[in-house]
Amino acid sequence: MDLGEINPVLLLASLMVAATPLLLAAIGELVVEKAGVLNLGVEGMMIVGAISGFAISVETGSPWLGFVAAAIGGAVLSLLFVLLTQVALANQVASGLALTLFGLGFSALLGQSYVGIKPPSMGDIHIPLISDIPVIGPILFQHDPILYVGIALTAAVWATLKYTRVGLILRAVGENHDAAHALGYKVIKIRIMAILFGGACAGLGGAYISLIRVPQWTEGMTAGVGWIALALVVFASWKPWRALLGAYLFGGITVLQLNLQAAGVAIPVEYLAMSPYIITILVLVILSADKSSAPASLGRIFHASH
Amino acid sequence: MIVLEKRPQPSKAWSYATPLVAVIATMVFGGILFAILGKNPIEAIGTIFWEPLFGEFAFYYRPQLLVKGAPLVLIAIGLSLGFRAGIWNIGAEGQYIMGAIFGAGAGLAFYPLDAFYIFPIMVIAGAFGGWLWAMIPAFLKVRFGTNEILVSLMLVYVAEQFLASVSLGLLKNPEGFGFPGSRNLQSYESAHNAELIAGSGMHWGVVAAFIAVIFSYILLNRHMLGFHIRLTGEAPRAAKFAGVNPARLILFCLGLSGALAGLAGMFEVSGPSGVVSIDFNVGYGFTAIIVAFLGRLHPVGILLAGGLMALTYIGGEIAQSQLGLPAAAIQVFQGMLLFFLLAFDLLTNYRIRAARSEVA
Repeated sequence: MDLGEINPVLLLASLMVAATPLLLAAIGELVVEKAGVLNLGVEGMMIVGAISGFAISVETGSPWLGFVAAAIGGAVLSLLFVLLTQVALANQVASGLALTLFGLGFSALLGQSYVGIKPPSMGDIHIPLISDIPVIGPILFQHDPILYVGIALTAAVWATLKYTRVGLILRAVGENHDAAHALGYKVIKIRIMAILFGGACAGLGGAYISLIRVPQWTEGMTAGVGWIALALVVFASWKPWRALLGAYLFGGITVLQLNLQAAGVAIPVEYLAMSPYIITILVLVILSADKSSAPASLGRIFHASH
Repeated sequence: MIVLEKRPQPSKAWSYATPLVAVIATMVFGGILFAILGKNPIEAIGTIFWEPLFGEFAFYYRPQLLVKGAPLVLIAIGLSLGFRAGIWNIGAEGQYIMGAIFGAGAGLAFYPLDAFYIFPIMVIAGAFGGWLWAMIPAFLKVRFGTNEILVSLMLVYVAEQFLASVSLGLLKNPEGFGFPGSRNLQSYESAHNAELIAGSGMHWGVVAAFIAVIFSYILLNRHMLGFHIRLTGEAPRAAKFAGVNPARLILFCLGLSGALAGLAGMFEVSGPSGVVSIDFNVGYGFTAIIVAFLGRLHPVGILLAGGLMALTYIGGEIAQSQLGLPAAAIQVFQGMLLFFLLAFDLLTNYRIRAARSEVA
């Protein structure tokens, strides 16, 4: 065992990469839940995003097109959730589970001929001067563009929810859909847009795993990241910047346990691999005492009787 | 323009019909999927649903129906009680794994002793393992109000890692030439969950599944606790006024579903599977969620749904070897079934009407 082999600069740099899929999925789900919808299908939308992004990048040679395809893939799958919960008024918990089960199978089917292929690389951005600053440069300014898209998206969601009319309406729908309906807002339409946005974000997050973080395609490769993203939304008390903080925290744990595995710490590999899930549970326990910030209409079915 | 009108009472007729409609819709869309994959859809559907029951080798496949159906029914019965009360245990896969580890561990601890009491001890240990694993989300929910969906699911990943750990360490076969995996319980007679009638597929797990169906039927229809479960699900406020203790209900529903999932794991590891290995679990815990819904959370319905799902597993395997249908296609097929079921449930609770065009 040699803890000295762990390079703190590389550790922090890879922490940001590990956190990005979580962040993308969590920000999307945050918007969905702010609109009063609980979509438990994040894992399914992520894995479908992962394979559609992977397949399109390999076929076209362009990772950018891959990410576009991933967002579309995630949104298309979330359209199924829309049909179930907003049109057929089905139970949201059951529908979300259905989405995940279906997504895992569907992605495995799509991905059969893509196992073991290397996707085209996106390449890291390099800003002269800033990227060359010792320590800070490699940690913060030498990453792929999507990582910065994730951070920008967090800022955009925060500003939209806080300062714009659209954000206000979205929150009104999530807090009290009957009142919002009485005011003349199209509750179902707003929720559909939110769900599609969430699907697209989850798709991006999935593609980030298959195109940048790993980069490879294997069945079920999201391995619970979608579920951790759901926990992250609770952790963040539905606040975007806290979601960013949470994503870095969980990213940090993941990277640290991988580094400890590589350094050959005396703890068995399996127990280290368990740690992100156990820590998620612990965090949920600590934070679940306060439920006041949850959108009041979360998970309730809206049906306009007249 | 079409509008939905909420029915004052869910339609009885539709609640029986929707699972059938969903199965037919799944066959149609599944057929389209298989056609896209370049297979003859009628041949594929026929292989999945007909071959295992009435085909040339049905004598081999029919017992398999019991072997695959038993764990699904056993787990789904437990889940259905919680689902009825709005308690969502979706980590049955983890409880199934822990039941198998505890059960097999208890049996292997006696190796090579030959005694009648070993198997009963394993049964208790298996149920205990699953119960223990389910009590984690139950306790956290009761004590801290933590979301049981996320906790029970996270524990699946923890259980999978634990399974990897014990099959490489604690329970590894000392005479296994270094290969991962435990001793084969099938060749340890006192711990073997053997077929009760040779060639029938009937083992103790199948018996347990039937007993679970009967008990859950009695519980739901003849017992106060079952009434409380139904009341909490259908009218939570009324349940509160009626003095239902929600904490007790959570502990009971999660605990029981965990114990049943644990039993399923234990019967599987000591019978059809035989060894604790890294790839021991095949997703029964998740498929059981589909079974529970397909069976309308009703014990008899679950029994039928479990049989149907087992059929798609076996038929899927036949279609894989005979037609080269990918394994994932069957998974998609099963996922589709849950989709259609949830979608057609609309007809149970709502009436579809053409709206009058006048402005009210």
